[in-house]
Amino acid sequence: MNNETMIELIGVQKSFGDFPVLKDITLNVKRGDVVALIGPSGSGKSTLLRSVNLLTVPEKGFIRVGSQAIDFSSTRSLPGDKALAAFRARTGMVFQSFNLFPHMTVEQNVMEGPVTVLRTPKAEAKVIARDLLAKVGLADKATAHPDSLSGGQKQRVAIARALAMKPEVMLFDEATSALDPELVGEVLAVIRSLAAEGMTMLLVTHEMAFARDVADRVIFMRDGCVVEEGEARQVIEQPREPATQAFLSHFHGGLN
Amino acid sequence: MQYQWDFGFLMQYKGLIWTGILYTIGFTIGTAFSGLALGCIIALARLSSLRLVGGFVIAFTEIFRCTPVLVQLVWCYYALPMLTGIEMSAGTAAFVTLTLYGGSFFGEIIRGGIISVDLGQWDAGRALGMRRHQLMARVILPQAFRRMVPPLMNQTVLQLKNTSLLSVLAVPDLLYQGQLITSSSYRPLETYTMIAVIYFILLFPLTRFAHRLEARGSH
Repeated sequence: MNNETMIELIGVQKSFGDFPVLKDITLNVKRGDVVALIGPSGSGKSTLLRSVNLLTVPEKGFIRVGSQAIDFSSTRSLPGDKALAAFRARTGMVFQSFNLFPHMTVEQNVMEGPVTVLRTPKAEAKVIARDLLAKVGLADKATAHPDSLSGGQKQRVAIARALAMKPEVMLFDEATSALDPELVGEVLAVIRSLAAEGMTMLLVTHEMAFARDVADRVIFMRDGCVVEEGEARQVIEQPREPATQAFLSHFHGGLN
Repeated sequence: MQYQWDFGFLMQYKGLIWTGILYTIGFTIGTAFSGLALGCIIALARLSSLRLVGGFVIAFTEIFRCTPVLVQLVWCYYALPMLTGIEMSAGTAAFVTLTLYGGSFFGEIIRGGIISVDLGQWDAGRALGMRRHQLMARVILPQAFRRMVPPLMNQTVLQLKNTSLLSVLAVPDLLYQGQLITSSSYRPLETYTMIAVIYFILLFPLTRFAHRLEARGSH
């Protein structure tokens, strides 16, 4: 079972107006693998990540996450609200800007998915929430409101909220980009521990050292295409493609 | 000025005045609710992805926002029956007009509240696997509602003031009763002063309350 492909994208295409953002992307992520998407801004990496859970609906291509698949090449009509919701419920996503629900406490944020989407009884969801908050080191913040937390704490709550849905895969969209430098570490530590537990993860990141150390594979994107893909250390330390080399040369100060 | 103020005579018109107050409050509350209901429909229609629906609603809204209520009232009561053949009582015409007028403003407020919610909130709800109605009920509306309450209160204050225009259609609201009293007592000064004071007493708590909500909402 260990070689099972958890995320499979074939020929995914997406344009914003006349501008192609994703040009025929094909990608596989095996169960338990951590794959980092890197590349300059505007390269389409965030759009690619968002199409894995259909927050961005592609025009063409095939997308499979776990046992659920949608083929956009054959279906004429877009999947409906119910189908989209069911598809998304199986993936967890963490955003650059946290996007916690400000009108709920930390614990309610984490309970929201199980209670509203999975119809988990409240008492049970509360136990799940407490456990996950303990896991991200925020057991004492259960009754706090998100606006009283630091950025790093907010992001850890967001991770707990996503994990509460017991997702098959986790998607991280520049999860540390909005954080003050001294708060990046606590979030990366949580992601690292998820990787150690064998969670399948796809992450868009600008943390090259982190990508090298935690990811199994790295994919470099530019202009809506996958330019280079390979074992993490190789892509980051000995990139083959000139475009990858040029991009990574901006980071070498921070790569140690 | 030698004028002898005398408010005492107004006591004999107590019944008329109470009727006027009840009509004014009744029409305000009634059309606030019907207008809110219409406003919700307008807001959702404008946010829908169906272009045609959105366009129709924009046209409708702008007609009611860009013409005076007084003109709408008179048109609805005198002109609309000629067009449709349906006779309406003054009260019905007034209720319909104020509902449509209020609804077009309420609709804009509600729509504004909904689109003021950060797009990241929609993303977060969708990513959890929420259906559209769950997202609205659990995430978007609770946040939008806090921002909508102060402007909705202000619009309701305006709605109450607008009921004074009903007197033109001989609906026995507060102002109309004042006109009645004046024409039989020949004392417009006391009568209209009292009418103004009653409006003030009705509205002042409402505007204070709206201010309080605004102050609370701003931080």
